[in-house]
Amino acid sequence: MFRKIAISAASALVLSTGAGFANEGGHIEDIGFSFEGPFGKFDEHQLQRGLQVYTEVCAACHGLKFVPIRTLSDEGGPAIPADQVRAYAKQFTVVDKETGQEREALPSDNFPANTSAGAPDLSLMAKARAAFHGPYGLGINQLFRGIGGPEYIHAILTDFTGETKDEAGSTFYENHAFSTGWIKMPPPLTEGQVTYADGTPATVDQMAKDVAAFLMWTAEPHMMARKQSGFIGVIFLIVLSSLLYLTNKRLWAGVKGKKSA
Amino acid sequence: MAGIPHDHYEPKSGFEKWLHTRLPVVSLVYDTLMIPTPKNLNWMWIWGIVLAFCLGLQIVTGIVLVMHYTPHVDMAFASVEHIMRDVNGGHMLRYLHANGASLFFFAVYLHIFRGLYYGSYKAPREVTWIVGMLIYLAMMATGFMGYVLPWGQMSFWGATVITGLFGAIPGIGPSIQEWLLGGPAVDNATLNRFFSLHYLLPFVIAALVAVHIWAFHTTGNNNPTGVEVRRGSKEEAAKDTLPFWPYYVIKDLFALAVVLVIFFAVVGFMPNFLGHPDNYIEANALATPAHIVPEWYFLPFYAILRAFTADVWVVQLVHFVSFGIIDAKFFGVLAMFGAIAVMALVPWLDTSSVRSGKYRPKFKGWFWLLAFDFVVLMWVGAMPTDGIYPYISLLGATYWFAYFLIILPLLGVLEKPLPQPATIEEDFKAHYPGAAE
Repeated sequence: MFRKIAISAASALVLSTGAGFANEGGHIEDIGFSFEGPFGKFDEHQLQRGLQVYTEVCAACHGLKFVPIRTLSDEGGPAIPADQVRAYAKQFTVVDKETGQEREALPSDNFPANTSAGAPDLSLMAKARAAFHGPYGLGINQLFRGIGGPEYIHAILTDFTGETKDEAGSTFYENHAFSTGWIKMPPPLTEGQVTYADGTPATVDQMAKDVAAFLMWTAEPHMMARKQSGFIGVIFLIVLSSLLYLTNKRLWAGVKGKKSA
Repeated sequence: MAGIPHDHYEPKSGFEKWLHTRLPVVSLVYDTLMIPTPKNLNWMWIWGIVLAFCLGLQIVTGIVLVMHYTPHVDMAFASVEHIMRDVNGGHMLRYLHANGASLFFFAVYLHIFRGLYYGSYKAPREVTWIVGMLIYLAMMATGFMGYVLPWGQMSFWGATVITGLFGAIPGIGPSIQEWLLGGPAVDNATLNRFFSLHYLLPFVIAALVAVHIWAFHTTGNNNPTGVEVRRGSKEEAAKDTLPFWPYYVIKDLFALAVVLVIFFAVVGFMPNFLGHPDNYIEANALATPAHIVPEWYFLPFYAILRAFTADVWVVQLVHFVSFGIIDAKFFGVLAMFGAIAVMALVPWLDTSSVRSGKYRPKFKGWFWLLAFDFVVLMWVGAMPTDGIYPYISLLGATYWFAYFLIILPLLGVLEKPLPQPATIEEDFKAHYPGAAE
């Protein structure tokens, strides 16, 4: 039953798009992430767990080339202490721009690009995919639920069926969230693959959610600052509008006279 | 300034007189701000201020963004990410600029449709209308080139598709396309010239805005009744008008503040609402996106472009009559530019002597159908080109042309207009019986 609704919802999305187009893959399950909606905030513990999943699993094939490592200690992000970030950076090797020599990464470097396996860079993935366009293709639901980029990432990581096929010398894995239904990436997550320091059980679903949240942060690192600016702007302008409304009313009262009719 | 009689600036002190004989700048500012404005303007007359604000916002945020942006195919995308991540307040600057473009177009469409309803284009305001259309064209060019600069997938492929339109011109098309691109395909030369022109055109727009304002300050504003301000004497004119300052300055600022509440909510809480996810993927000449969609504000005209396919009989007829010179692709391009051209020519296509749609009973229905048509075209412009959508596009495009080329010229002859108020003062008093003399 749910599947049926999901398929019809997905086909409705394909048919009705305003600001963009639906990915033509299967159903993407909505997840109530903490950072959605005007009041939404990143959960720094979740971002830290997501970083761990990225580092231990995804980083083998995927880069984050636009993300400076130092931003891991930013407020409104994973907020990892600066000394730990320095230690963390050392595991990556980068080519120094000035000497041309390879060296250990510093916090001032970006995460290295990783194109070894032909995997896409993940810096902006959460904003480069959309799962939701409703209602009626107007896209307004993203005000409360986002456009579904992190949900798409979660779905890709969890929707493997276990079927494989070999084509043109490559193995493809069946995945209902992917646009063609078959993806080159083997199922990356297995139960208990990482050990979370905070004791959260490392289920595939949990790891997928955490890394999806982390990738939303890499795509939009200043989201919380932006929402705060939004609130300041909106509140200030509401006050200003009210004052201007009263000024305008008083100003025109002399011209319009008493409202008798 | 010519036009409605009113008090002019009189230099009083010695210094004022000294300056006034050398550069009458105070007089210019005074007369511009104190211009007599019809006192019955409704809330649809506020979009001019919103548009002026948008132009200022785009220029200010744009100039700061340029300080951090690198117009090179290998660095443009990364430099935008640098703005989003490293520049202080850079993410807000960029989102204000990107959404500012949308507010700009939202306001300009309401401004244009207000003009179409109240007959603001009619004599003696044709020049104001034509200059406005030039501003709109310059805005479209600026918006299009600005969207190319982040060098995402939609930037690249949008540039490819739109410059390809010029390639559809028979004979000289491919040469024009290559000249626009600076090479055989969209590449670094394209990005650089688009960057240069994207910086130049807003200042051209600013100059055109000055001319636009000059033109309607010469003729005086139109108003919801379409009845002209009486100009027999200063006293008579004063019964129909109020000085722009403070009455309309405050009213417009209030409206602007309300509009900006919505604008800041979008920027703060859903800044990518009007963008396209594909533009967060760096441009790749080897991977074509599944659907290439222009920004929302181009969609109505994009729908008209795509409406005239090779199986439409008009297209086939034109193809035959022109000995194959005008094919479906070129026909589409002509239709798209033609759709804007007929709108620009509306002062001469509308034959009715009555200015305001308020007193034109038949016109009203057709006008609202046009507004609905515009929204439908915008919606269908984002749809795929199969199924029922091409028919909707064709129907919508046909009505667009029919409105300007058939309905407006005929209505002026066939329609019996309603009685109009004799003066603006009369109209104002009908709304506000307690109004002061």
